[in-house]
Parts: sequence; C-alpha cells; structure tokens
Amino acid sequence: MAAATINGSQAAAVLNKKWYQNLNKEKARKFLLGSKDKEGFLKMFLIYALLICIGFIYLYPILYMISNSFMSLDDLLDSSINWIPSALNLSNYAQAAKSMDFWKSLGQSVIIAGVPTLCNVASCSLIGYGLARFDFPGKKVVLAIIIFSFVLPSQITMIPTYVLYSNMGILGTLWSFILPSILGMGINGPIFILIFYQFFKQVPKVLIEAAQIDGAGYFKSFLKISLPSASPAIITVSLFSFVWYWNESYLTEMYVAGVMTKSGWTSLIIQLDNFATNYSSYATTATNAATSLNESINLAGTMLSILPLLLMYFVLQRYFVESIDRTGITGE
Amino acid sequence: MSKKEKTNREEKKNKNKIKPGRLAKREAITGLIFVSPWILGACIFLAYPLITSFQYALNNIRITPVGKTFTFVGYGNFTQILLSDADFPTQLIDYLTTTIISVPIIVVFALIIAMMLNQKIKARGFFRLIFFLPVIIVSGPILGMLTEQGAGSITAIDTQAISTAVHNFLPYSLAEPISGIFENMVTILWYSGVQILIFLSGLQKIDRSMYEAAQIDGGSGWECFWKITLPTIKPLVLLNCVYTVVFISNNNQNAIIELIKNSMFSGTKEKGYGYASAMAWLYSLVVLLIVGLFAIVFLAKKDIYEKQVKRAKKAMKKEARTVKKIERRSARNAKKIEKARQKRKYSTYDGSGDY
Repeated sequence: MAAATINGSQAAAVLNKKWYQNLNKEKARKFLLGSKDKEGFLKMFLIYALLICIGFIYLYPILYMISNSFMSLDDLLDSSINWIPSALNLSNYAQAAKSMDFWKSLGQSVIIAGVPTLCNVASCSLIGYGLARFDFPGKKVVLAIIIFSFVLPSQITMIPTYVLYSNMGILGTLWSFILPSILGMGINGPIFILIFYQFFKQVPKVLIEAAQIDGAGYFKSFLKISLPSASPAIITVSLFSFVWYWNESYLTEMYVAGVMTKSGWTSLIIQLDNFATNYSSYATTATNAATSLNESINLAGTMLSILPLLLMYFVLQRYFVESIDRTGITGE
Repeated sequence: MSKKEKTNREEKKNKNKIKPGRLAKREAITGLIFVSPWILGACIFLAYPLITSFQYALNNIRITPVGKTFTFVGYGNFTQILLSDADFPTQLIDYLTTTIISVPIIVVFALIIAMMLNQKIKARGFFRLIFFLPVIIVSGPILGMLTEQGAGSITAIDTQAISTAVHNFLPYSLAEPISGIFENMVTILWYSGVQILIFLSGLQKIDRSMYEAAQIDGGSGWECFWKITLPTIKPLVLLNCVYTVVFISNNNQNAIIELIKNSMFSGTKEKGYGYASAMAWLYSLVVLLIVGLFAIVFLAKKDIYEKQVKRAKKAMKKEARTVKKIERRSARNAKKIEKARQKRKYSTYDGSGDY
C-alpha cells in the first residue's frame, strides 16, 4: 500500500518489497517451526514452558513448607500474606526442635540408617557377584525368588518375623535391622542385589581370569579386582539404602523403636509421625509458655526431619541423578 | 581297530570329560558360597515367615501371660475379614481401583517428561535435579504431613470443579478415585521420580541413526514414537509399572498396611496375629494380582518383528520337513527301481530272456 502511493520506481519498489516480505516470512517460519538442523522456537518454547510448570508443581510442596514454616501465628491468620512472611520467625523451628529432641533423634537416625546400609552394601555386593560371575544349578530359581520377594509386600512376612525377633530377644535393638540386611534381606534388598548383579555382569570376565592365573583366589579376585571397579554401584546402593532406611517409619517403629513398649531408640521420622502427641507433652512441661500446635510448627518439624536428606541430596546430587544411568538397570 | 588305539581314545574321552567338569563344579560351589548368605536369609526371612504366616492365618491367636494360645479356625479369619470387617474390604477395593488408575497415569506422565528432557534443551541437569528430588522425601510420613497441611494439592487449579464434573459423568465407584487423583495431583506426580530417570536413560540409549533412517523414509515424529521409541523401551514400561505398584503398596501412606498393624496389636478377642496375617495374605494376593495383570498386558503382545521371525522359522521348518519327506520318498523309489533293475539284471543273467 505504501509503495502504491509513491510515484516513480513503483515496480522496483513492489519487487523490492515482495522480496523483502518473502525473506521475512521464510525466516520467521524457520525460526518458529524449525528446520532440519535446528529445533523451532515454538516447540522449544512449549517444552520449556511445560517443564518449568511441572517443575514448579514438583517444588510447590517444598516451597510451601519453607515459606509457611517461617510464619508466625499472625501471618498464618492474615489472608493478605500468601508466600512471604512479614518477619523471619525462627521460634517455630526452635519449638519443633525442642519437642522432637532434635540432636538425639538426628544421631540415632544416622545410626539406624547408616549401619544397615553398610551391611547392605557388603552382603548385596557379595550375592550379586556370586550370581553374575558363577554358574551353578538353580541360579535361575534364585533370581526368580529375588524378583518375587521384591514384589511381595513386606506385611506378609512381618508378623512371624516380629514374633521371631521377640523370641530371639532382639526386638527393640538395632540387631533386628542388621540381621536381615547382613543376609541380603533388608529393606529393598532385592533391588540392591539386582543392581550389583547387573553391574558385575558388565565387568569383563577376562580381567578376573587374568587375576586368577596370577594366583588370586576367588574371594581375593572379588575383593581386589571386582569390588574397586564397582564403585558407582556401591555409591548408588549406599545412597538409596541410606535414604530408604532413613524414611522407613513403619518397620522402624515396629522392630527398633517399639509399638507398645518404647525402647530407647527413636528417629526423626518416628518423632515426626508422633509429632502432635510429642508436642503436646512438650508444651505442658515447658517452662516458658509455648504456643499451641499450629500449621507452621508442624511444617517446621517436617522441614527439620528432611533437612539432613535435602542437604545430602544437594551435595551428592551428581551421584543420585547419574546413578540409574550407571548401574545398567535399563539394560535388563 | 587295535586294542591300544581303543584305550587311547577312551583316555582322551575321559580327560575331556573330567577337566571342564571339575572346574565347573568348583565354580559352582564357589558361586553357592557367595550366594549362601542370601540362601540363609531367604530361609529365615522369607520361607519361614511365609509358611508361619499362613499357619497363623488359619488360627486365632491370643497372647496370654504364659505364651501364645492357638485355636484352629480354618478359613474363619478370611471369611470374617471379607464379610464382617468394617474397613478392610472397602479399603482393599479403594486401593485396587486407585492403583489400577494411577499407575498408567504415573508411567505415561514419566514417559512424557523423559521425552521432553531427552530433547536438546539447556539446563537439563537442573530439571533432572528437580524431578528426582521427590525420591528423597516421598516416602515416610512426610508426605502424609504435607497433604495434611494442604501442600499436596495446588490451590491454583480448581480441583473442586473438576471433581464435581467427574462426579456428574461417571458412576460413583469410578468417580471417587479419579477425583481423588486430581485432588492429590502433586503426590501422584511425586511418585514418578525414579520412573523418569529410568525412561530417560533408556531413551538416551536408542540409536539416533534409527530416527534418521525413518525420517529419510518419510516417517513423522508421531510415527517414530510409535514404531521406534515405544517398542524399544517397552521392557522399561513394564519395569516402571511393576516398580510403581510395589512402591504404592509399600508406601507408608497406604491405609491398608496401617490397618494390618493396628489389628495385629489390637486387644479385641477375634483380632490379633492370626487375623492380621490373614489380612496380609489377602493384601499380598491383590498386589500380586495387579503386578500379574500388568505383566500379562505387556508380555502378551510380542513385537511384530518377533512374530514375523517366528512365522518364518515355522515356515522353514515345514519346508525342511517336506523336503525330507520328498527325499525319503525318492530314496524309497530309487531303492525300488534299483531292486527292479537288479531283478531284471538277474533275470537277464538267468537267460530266460522274456523282455
């Protein structure tokens, strides 16, 4: 239209404009929809938008927890405050920590999660190596039973095991966690055995045979050759085992902490599970007037009980995230 | 054949037989020694409890100061649970429907996220970090605490409207779990942390050249997904389904396992260890049933390629059989002809001369 009003080199202008327009269109199309070697802007925009939205949904509970745990009672009741508390209020944390007996529970949690983890690594690596390296009659049956025991809910074996422990007198001690894990039957033991099995199957047999020609026995070649090369699997298994034992409240309460009669053991998760009763007993005995239980204190307690795991996750995130790539679970 | 030669050969045979046999035997024994902790563990913590718990399930067990007293009730515990327990049957059905509905949702969602992360995007590590985070905190009472405090559902999405809409269109028994899923969207999404990573590492192992070849042949992205991506990661889909089912059933959030624990320590006359064992058996059967269902769905349909290979093999076998048949027949015929010819020969030799 603009070209039509200009006299003179009208045709040239039209031509010029057409060429210009065409180029722009082409370029825009390429930019938006993509070409052979570059993804289109629209598609990438959609993917990023979706990922960010879903990422927000993932983070939402944690953000909610962090922001609400700092709120004072007034902030909680004030409907104009949604996310950012008016003042950084640390008293929630102090009260929650006191009622949970934070430092003692933390120490015991580390022991309850750590010791069975070490046993798990030792036993599952041994068993996985035996299954991957040697052929013996009934190997397939063993593998089938391992998978079956993974699928089977633990509740079915729980009651006789409980009775067994109470007969052995190890109920309410850490032995009731150590004993199964040393025999490869700990929490999620089948997964760990399968991870080691997959990993040791990838270690070349020639390496082990070379060691044996040089005079190493079966056990020595396992300790000196196979185990050091399996460090990714060891890291994965110990991280997951630690996390799962840390988060296990059902069996911990059953076997270690005690349901009817409390033993001396406790863990952060169990303290959180009984948070309301613990808090009320704390509030009545506290010398300074403690505020009654509210949402913020609840969330502060929750935050405290996963804080160690969160810190561990952000420090060791590389090992967590890459773990599944490196253990070859997907090669099954 | 001389005697010496014979003994020599026998010796050789024996040597061949013994040598690898001995090694294999030794290896087998070593392997068994390596696995022996597991075997011992399986006997103590799997086989013995399974048998005992079945025995318990058939008894009514009361704890007295002297010890446990068993009274045999047969399948009385089971009938009592199924017919007169207030919570267990409804909880079990609830669990069944929610699991069957939410497992496909979780797995499909994990697959979609994994496919998005598999694109050439920046900050992939960061997104992986976020999507894997729930693995750390999803188990335990933390999730229960969060849902209790209202962090489990997003206030921005109007779940109320969705659930009323669902209730209008579907029968109650179906609508209830579906609206429950919408109300706890975050927790459902949170269950898919490990699954995303499993899918992602599976997707990264697919050969790029396959997609290129398909593109040259004119295959669209949609077709590539159904014909290349999905068949390749099919075993992972099954793995993820089984993992999700196991995870949901062992989760502390599950109401049934709490019910089992409560009835185990219950002081009432008919409840107790036996009753709880029967509950655990019923529950385990349902879990195994669900896992079996998914296994059947994913294992029954074989790949088209495999099917064709099988068909071709069958055809080849058939052909080989017919070839053999023809050979045999022709051999028989040849023999007949030979016989006839020889007869003729003899007859000519005899000199009777009537041909």
